[in-house]
Amino acid sequence: MMTEIERRIVVELQQDLPITAKPYAFVADNLSNSENELLRHVRSMLVSGVIRKIGAVLRHRRVGINANALCVWHVPEERIAAVGEMFAALPVVTHCYEREAHADWPYNLYTMVHAATRKECEVHIDAMCRMSNVNAFQILYSTQELKKTSMRYFE
Amino acid sequence: MGAEAFPTLDEFDRKVLNALQYDFAVSEQPYLDIATKLNSTEDAVLTRVRGLYAKGLIRRLGASIDSRQVGYVCVLVALKVDEEFLLKVAKVVNSFTGVTHNYLREGDYNMWFTAIAPDKESLDNILAIIQATPGVEAVMPLPAKRVFKVSVKFPLAVGCE
Repeated sequence: MMTEIERRIVVELQQDLPITAKPYAFVADNLSNSENELLRHVRSMLVSGVIRKIGAVLRHRRVGINANALCVWHVPEERIAAVGEMFAALPVVTHCYEREAHADWPYNLYTMVHAATRKECEVHIDAMCRMSNVNAFQILYSTQELKKTSMRYFE
Repeated sequence: MGAEAFPTLDEFDRKVLNALQYDFAVSEQPYLDIATKLNSTEDAVLTRVRGLYAKGLIRRLGASIDSRQVGYVCVLVALKVDEEFLLKVAKVVNSFTGVTHNYLREGDYNMWFTAIAPDKESLDNILAIIQATPGVEAVMPLPAKRVFKVSVKFPLAVGCE
């Protein structure tokens, strides 16, 4: 369970940090906490996994990543852990999840693959297909971004 | 795709953007740490980061929170939507704060979104409202069974000039 102070830290850190020399001192001040204590909590929340990472998330289309493929795979149940870990190890894969399959939708492994062009994306996906020997897959490119925001918790 | 003009990035821009993604320290002066690593000064790094932020290259500069770890529930949902109703359905789907990502994709399931809520009941309510929206022909919730990776980082090429 999360402590009250951790909850308050989540509320503060889900907003953008100020771009100043001592951003954590600013946050500590908002929490009426000492900077050292805040840094200690943040480090432990990174270890426990409440905070996945601290830093920048880019608007990736603006840095030249134009092809964003959701690639869904139908992996035999007994191989899903091995294939999931294999795909997760690839730098071009940002997300890799096992999800429930449906009657008319057999895909159970979901990967997001990003590259400058569709052609480049497909080179990566082709390599994934060969390394895993999973041939049942679909590439679902996004054609329009309708919404992209960050969640705000405890508000 | 829109013909949006994107800023060109120089070598220092790319190094700074990489450092912000991979090496943002939990320390008193994280920009000083980055400056040291890049053989630069804290002021030069801060000035550059402010510029990159103002140009809209940085979507977030803070913590990425794991929704499951803070006790929230989340789901990926695929919808089959009648083409003529796409905009109206998008408006309903996007109206929920818990819907953080929504994309049109090629294929029979043409709208894909993620929804996050404090508990299962609130999440089910969101899905019920969407299911009842005119134009929505099928709703396929795809809850995660296992997370192998979430790492939204994009390494930018440096040293190739």
